[in-house]
Amino acid sequence: MSRRTPVAAVVDYGAGNLVSIDQALSTAGARVRRVAAGDELGDPDLLVVPGVGAAAPAMDRLRAAGLVTPVLDWIAADRPFLGICLGLQLLFDGSDEDGARTLGVLSGRAQRIGRAPTLPHIGWNQVDRSRRHPAFDGIADGADFYFVHTYVGVPADDSLDDVLATTTHGSTFASAVARGRLLGVQFHPERSGPDGLRLIANVVHLAAASHAPVTSSVA
Amino acid sequence: MLRRRVIPCLDVANGRVVKGTRFVDLVDAGDPPELAERYAREGADELVYLDISAAPEARGTLLDIVERTARRAFIPLTVGGGVRSVDEMRDVLRAGADKVSLNTRAVAEPELIGRCAERFGSQAVVVAIDARRVPGSLPPSGSLSSGFEVVVRGGREPVGLDAVTWAVRAVERGAGELLVTSIDRDGTGSGFDTALLRAISDRVDVPVIASGGAAGPDDFVAAVRDGGADAVLAAGIFHRGEVSIAQVKRVMAAAGLPVRAAPVEAAP
Repeated sequence: MSRRTPVAAVVDYGAGNLVSIDQALSTAGARVRRVAAGDELGDPDLLVVPGVGAAAPAMDRLRAAGLVTPVLDWIAADRPFLGICLGLQLLFDGSDEDGARTLGVLSGRAQRIGRAPTLPHIGWNQVDRSRRHPAFDGIADGADFYFVHTYVGVPADDSLDDVLATTTHGSTFASAVARGRLLGVQFHPERSGPDGLRLIANVVHLAAASHAPVTSSVA
Repeated sequence: MLRRRVIPCLDVANGRVVKGTRFVDLVDAGDPPELAERYAREGADELVYLDISAAPEARGTLLDIVERTARRAFIPLTVGGGVRSVDEMRDVLRAGADKVSLNTRAVAEPELIGRCAERFGSQAVVVAIDARRVPGSLPPSGSLSSGFEVVVRGGREPVGLDAVTWAVRAVERGAGELLVTSIDRDGTGSGFDTALLRAISDRVDVPVIASGGAAGPDDFVAAVRDGGADAVLAAGIFHRGEVSIAQVKRVMAAAGLPVRAAPVEAAP
């Protein structure tokens, strides 16, 4: 059985720096394909939605590119998914920042970080795990990751079990969320040094392992 | 807990690091991406490139080094110097920078801050403020009431604008971070101007990066403790090898400040 190079599709909707994400995924052994329109998605092993900035313009751009339905279908089918920063916040029902209605995969809303001494929350902060998850294999509990954001996804009660890790800046918020093969992180693993690269490598390997071959040799 | 950041700044002209460096083992010590990767390995929390190229045709070279840096150093990169428009900021971000710092142009055209923040988010917009103490023995008054004034064009030209007033206004317009340089202290090794930093950090909620005057690790502690800075930037003392990032962080940690430990280095 030959080892296939896993393919990571990165949604490109004009939301900032994709070079670092491409490079981190490549370093993890993935072949990276940028997806700027819904019909370009194809059949990758992993779908990555990055992004920084505000929710409403991001949703507008996703819609204009015909990407909303493909992304929702992908998640509904429990295919491997990584949302980074805004890519996590968009998974919730909506954003208090601009009233945007977002993807509604997780119940809850993006809200401003409460009681924060400084905003935006910029810099390295500790990610404290609430439970075990293979995406964090080989990474110390409480390791530092790089954050740059003002809003956070605040899970409603029925999404609290999805919280994978928390971080404190004034108040404590969910900094990683996981459900099935979906993973969302509020920090930027592609900017978080060796631990960030480790997390991305873990995600790529999990995705590759979960991708069932189209043709099975089992008779 | 949010860590206090230590940020080396590289002056870049025509794609080359301008000031000397202690790293004798680098293949090309003047190549910004190679130096950036080295600082990332030593525990730098972020990097700043200040492009001081005079010629406009150096832009392409800058974008090339930004992209090569993003592919080698997996820590955040801020690029300052010469960005005059939303389109120019877009080019720098697309090349792989996380933030752009605006300075002279933002003073001349404050609306640019808002336009950039609206397009890319406040978190990507750093406003760099070069300030100096108002010369003269009279107590400051009127429009320069804080006693600190803004200077532009590399610190040579005062514009009659109070530094604290400008800081507050820049944040209102959408700056997500302020990089505050004391022109009086810059390059003197006489310590950061903590009074300037405190005057600004007390008035804004966004993170303040201290710059100008670092001589040793104790200055970094003072910038945070006395100046209220969230991050501290230095150039010469790192490049000349007078102190390492690890030494600075050890002293900061001993003073009770939260810092990120340097990443574990793989054996060579």
